[in-house]
Amino acid sequence: MILTPILLPLIGAFLTFITRRSAPLIGTATAALTAASSIGVAWTVGRRGFLSYPLGDWAAPVGIALRADGLSAVMLLTSASVVLPVCVYAVGYFRKQAGEAHAAAGFWPLALLLWGGLNGLFLSGDVFNLYVVLELMTLAAVALVAIGSEESGLAAAMRYLLAAFLASMFYLLGVALLYGAYGTLDMAMLGARLVPEPAAYLAAALIAGALALKTALFPLHFWLPRAHAAAPAPVSALLSSLVVTGSFYLFLRLWTSVFAPIASVSAGQLLGILGSTAIVWGSLQALRQQHLKVMIAYSTVAQVGYLFLLFPLVTSAMATAGGADAWGVSAWNGGVYHAISHALAKAAMFLAAGTIVQALGSDRIVGISGIARQLPVTTYAFGIAGMTLIGLPPSGGFVAKWLLLSAAFASGQWWWAIVMLLGGILTAGYVFLVLGQELSQAGSDHDVEMKPVPRSMEYAAFALAFAALVLGLRVTEPLELLRIGFPFGGS
Amino acid sequence: MTTFAIYAIGAAALVAAGVHGALTRPHLVQKILSMNVIGGGVFLLLIALAYREGPAFADPLPQALVLTGIVVAVSVSAFGVAIARRLHARMGRSGLTEGDLE
Amino acid sequence: MNWTFWMPQALLGVSLLTAALIFPLDEEQVGLRTVLNIGGATLKLILVGVIFWGSFRGYEFEARLPFMGDLSIVLQADYLSLLFVALSALLWFVTTFYAIGYLEGSPNRSRFFGFFSLCVTATMGIALAGNLITFFVFYEMLTVVTYPLVVHRGTGEALEAGRVYLLYTLTGGVLLLLGIVWLHSAAGQLDFVTGGSLAALAVERPGTLRLIFCLLVGGLAVKAALFPLHGWLPIAMVAPAPVSALLHAVAVVKAGAFGIVRVVHDVYGANVAASLGLLTPLAAIAAFTIVYGSVRALAQDDLKRRLAFSTVSQLSYITLGIAIVGPVATAGGLVHLLHQGMMKATLFFCAGIFSETLGVQRVSEMDGIGRRMPLTMAAFTVGAFGMIGIPPVAGFVTKWYLGLGALEAGQGWVVGVLAVSSVLNALYFLPIVGAAWFRPAPAEWVPRPVRETHRMLLVPALATAAFSIAAGIAAGLPFSPLWLVRLAVGEIYGP
Repeated sequence: MILTPILLPLIGAFLTFITRRSAPLIGTATAALTAASSIGVAWTVGRRGFLSYPLGDWAAPVGIALRADGLSAVMLLTSASVVLPVCVYAVGYFRKQAGEAHAAAGFWPLALLLWGGLNGLFLSGDVFNLYVVLELMTLAAVALVAIGSEESGLAAAMRYLLAAFLASMFYLLGVALLYGAYGTLDMAMLGARLVPEPAAYLAAALIAGALALKTALFPLHFWLPRAHAAAPAPVSALLSSLVVTGSFYLFLRLWTSVFAPIASVSAGQLLGILGSTAIVWGSLQALRQQHLKVMIAYSTVAQVGYLFLLFPLVTSAMATAGGADAWGVSAWNGGVYHAISHALAKAAMFLAAGTIVQALGSDRIVGISGIARQLPVTTYAFGIAGMTLIGLPPSGGFVAKWLLLSAAFASGQWWWAIVMLLGGILTAGYVFLVLGQELSQAGSDHDVEMKPVPRSMEYAAFALAFAALVLGLRVTEPLELLRIGFPFGGS
Repeated sequence: MTTFAIYAIGAAALVAAGVHGALTRPHLVQKILSMNVIGGGVFLLLIALAYREGPAFADPLPQALVLTGIVVAVSVSAFGVAIARRLHARMGRSGLTEGDLE
Repeated sequence: MNWTFWMPQALLGVSLLTAALIFPLDEEQVGLRTVLNIGGATLKLILVGVIFWGSFRGYEFEARLPFMGDLSIVLQADYLSLLFVALSALLWFVTTFYAIGYLEGSPNRSRFFGFFSLCVTATMGIALAGNLITFFVFYEMLTVVTYPLVVHRGTGEALEAGRVYLLYTLTGGVLLLLGIVWLHSAAGQLDFVTGGSLAALAVERPGTLRLIFCLLVGGLAVKAALFPLHGWLPIAMVAPAPVSALLHAVAVVKAGAFGIVRVVHDVYGANVAASLGLLTPLAAIAAFTIVYGSVRALAQDDLKRRLAFSTVSQLSYITLGIAIVGPVATAGGLVHLLHQGMMKATLFFCAGIFSETLGVQRVSEMDGIGRRMPLTMAAFTVGAFGMIGIPPVAGFVTKWYLGLGALEAGQGWVVGVLAVSSVLNALYFLPIVGAAWFRPAPAEWVPRPVRETHRMLLVPALATAAFSIAAGIAAGLPFSPLWLVRLAVGEIYGP
C-alpha cells in the first residue's frame, strides 16, 4: 500500500519510455493512478495515524523502513495535486511545440521518474535510502532541464548537475560520518543516539550545506534561476514547486529528527538570516528581470527564504520549555503550509507563463501587454497565484504568513515578521508589474501574432492557482493531517 | 596512528583535493572528474568504517552503501559527460561562462 | 443551523455568485450579463430588507465558521453593520444601472462587472465582519479586486495610478496585519464587542496597546485617506466614473473609515482609547485633513480631482466624529458615512455624465452647462449643497450633529474647523454651480445627442440626489439614515 506511490510512477516511467507514441496517454493515466494511491496513503494516515513498513521484513538497523506521518501525507498530496495538472498541461504543451518531439519523448519518463523519487523521499525513514531517492529525483530533474532544445538549457543543466553532484557527495560524506559514529542509518534511531560531539556537528554541517545547495538557499541559489527559466514550462513548474519542496522537506525532517539534539538556537538564527537575505535579494532580483520566466525563477529563490524562516522559530521552540505549544506548532504549520501553497502557486505561475510564451513566442515582460484580453483564464491564474505568493487573503499563502507571523510574535522574534511583510510588498511589486502589463491596452496589436493555445493548458494552470486559493479557505483539514506525528511533543 | 586514522586522513585529503578541483578547474570534464575524486574519498571513508568494527569480520552495510554510491556516481558522471559533449558540439566550448541567461 | 446563520453568508454569496457567473461570459452576451447584474443587485437589496426586518424583530444574525486554530471567520449583523450594508447594497443597485449605461460598447465588460461584483462582496464582508481577522480578510480582498477596476482603461496613466494605489493600500494592509497579529498574540482573538475588551490590558501594557493602535489606525488611515496617506485617492480617479462613484466614494474609503469605527468602539472601546490618550491626536489629524483636503480641492481644475480632494476632506468628518467621545458626535460621524456616500456618488455620477456626454472634464469648461443639461446639473447642485452643508440636504444634518457633539464633549475648536471647512467647501463648489447655471455657454456643444443624456446614466444620478435631500428632510422620521444611526449609537453608548 505505502509502496504504490513510489512504484507506480517508476513503472509508468518505464512504460512511457518504451512506448513513445502513446506516452502522453500512459503518462497521464499513471499520474491519475499515482495520485489516487497517494490519496489512499494520506487517507490511511489520517484514519490510523503513523504508518511504518519495513521493506522485505528486515527490521531497522539493517533493513530499510518506509514510514508515513502527517507531514509525509501532506507532501504526497501536494505532489499529486501539482503533477496531475502539470501532466494535463504537458499533453497540450508538447503537442503544440513544433519540433520538440525529442523533448516530449523525454518529458514523460523523466517526469514520472522524478515523481517516484519524490514520493520515495517523502516516505523514507532512513538517511541512506533518502540519499538514493534524492539522487533519483535530482538526476531526473537535471535531465528534464536538458530536454529543451536550446543551448541555454544545456548550459543550465550542466551547472545544475555540477551543483547537485557536489551536494550529493557532501550529503553522502555526512551520512558516512553518522554511520561511523552511531552505527545506524534509521532516522528515528539516529535521533535517539545522537549526542553533541564533533562528528555529529560535522555531519550536520555537511548535510545542511548539501541540502541548502539543493534547495537553493541564498547564497547557494546560483544554479536555480538559469535552470528553472531555461527548462520547458511544465518542467519549470515541477522543478520550482516540487523539487525545491522535496529538498526542503528533507532539511526539515532531518533538522527536527536526526539533528534535533544538536540543533542550536544560533544555527536556527543563521538559517533565518540566510532565509531573510534570500527573501530580500531574490525579490529585488525578480523585480529587475525583463524575462517572465527568469523573474518567476528568482521569485522561487525568494520564496525558499520564507521556508527557512521556519527554522529559527521551531528551533527556539524546541529549546524553550513550553515553546512547542506556544509557537512551535504554528511555526511548523506555517512553514509547511507555505511550502504547499508555494508549490501550487508557483506551478500555476510557471504554467501560465508557459502559455503566454507559447502564444506570443517570447517571454519579455514588456511584450505581454494586453494579453488579458486573449488569455483571460491564464491572467486570472497568474493573478491568483500571485496573491498566494504575496500572502494576501484568502489564500494558502496568507494562512502560512499568519501562522509564521504569530509564531514570530509569540516567540518574541518580531524581526522575522518585518522581513516577511517587507518580502510581501516586494513580491507584490513584481507580481503586479506583470499583471499591470497583462491588463494594459497599450499593445492590442497582438491579435495578429498570437498563436492559439489549447484550453486544457489554460485551465490546468487555473486549477492549480485555485487550489492554492482553496488552501486558504479550508485550513482545518490540512492542519489536522499535519498534526499526526508532530515531531516535538506538544499537544 | 591507527589504520583507521590513516584511511580517514586519506579520505579527507581526497575530498579536499576534489573540492579544490571542482571549484577551480574550468573544463567540464575536469570538474566531473573532481567530483569523482570527492566520491573516492567518501567511499574510502565508508570502507574504512566497515573495517573498524574489528578484524574478525567487516561490517557489510557500508560496503553495500559504497556499491550504491558508486552506481549513482557513475550514472551522474556519464550523464554529465554526455551533456558536456553536447554542449561542446553545439557551442564549441568546454566550460561554463557567466551570462548564459540573457 | 438556521436562517440567522445562513443569512449573512447569503448576503455575501449573492454577489460572489454574480461574479462567478459573469466572469466566463463572452463580451457579446450583453443581455444575459445585464440580467445577472441587475438580478444580483436586486436580490441583494431584498436580502438586506429581510435582514433589517429580522433585526427589528430581535433576531441575532451570526455565522461563525472555524478558520484555523482558535481563529474563526465571524459574520454578524449589528446595527453598525446594517448601516454599511444598507448603504452598499443601495448604492450598488444604483451604480449597476449607471455602469451598464456608462460602459456600453466598451471592451472587457465581463471582466469589469466580474470584479465589480467581487468588490461588493468584499465590502459586504467588511460590513458584516465580526472580528479583526474577518475584517482583514475582506479588507485585503477589496484592495486586490479594485486594482483591475482602477487600471481598467489600460492606459499608461491608469497603470501608473494602479501602481500608486497598490503601493499605498498594500503598505496599509501590512501595517494593519502587523497590528492584528500583535494584538492577537497579546490578547487572543477579539470579537467586536461594544465598548471593547481591552480595558484590563490597557492598565497592564498601555505602551503596547498604544503602538498597536497606531499600527491598526495607520493601516486603516490609508483607505480612509487621512492626511499623509491620502495620496492615492486623487490619482486613482483615472478609473471609470462608476468605479470612482461606488468605490472611491463608498466602498474603499468607507472601508477604512468603518474600520476605524470598529477599532475605536468595538476593539478598544472609546473610553479606553481616550484614556490611553489616543483620540485627541486622531481628532487633530482628522481636523487637519478636513482643512487640508478642502484647500487642495480649491486648486484643482480637473473636476474629478476636485471631487477627490473633497472626498479626502469629507471622509475625515467621519473620523473626527469618532475621535470625539460622546453619542451626538459619534452620531454625526456615522451618519456622514451614509450621507457622504450618497452625496459623493451623486457628484461622481454627474462628473461621469459631463465627461461622457460632452467631453467636459475640467471645471473651467463647465460654463453654462446647466442650461444644456439641467437635470444633471440639478443633481450636481444638490450634491454640492450637501457638501457645503446647506439645509435641507443631508450634509447639514452631519455638520449640525458634529458641532453639537463637539460642544457637548467640550471641544469647541471643532466648531471652528467645521466653519472653516464649510467656507472652503462653498468656495470650491459654489463657483462651479454659479458658472454652470449663470455663465453663457460656449457657442456649440460637441457632440449633441437628442436628449440630455443616456437614461441609464441620468436616473441613477437623480435617484441619489433625491436620496440626499430625503435623508436631510426626513432625518427625524423612522428609516432615515439618522434614525438608523441613532440605533447604532444606542448600541454603542447604551440607550
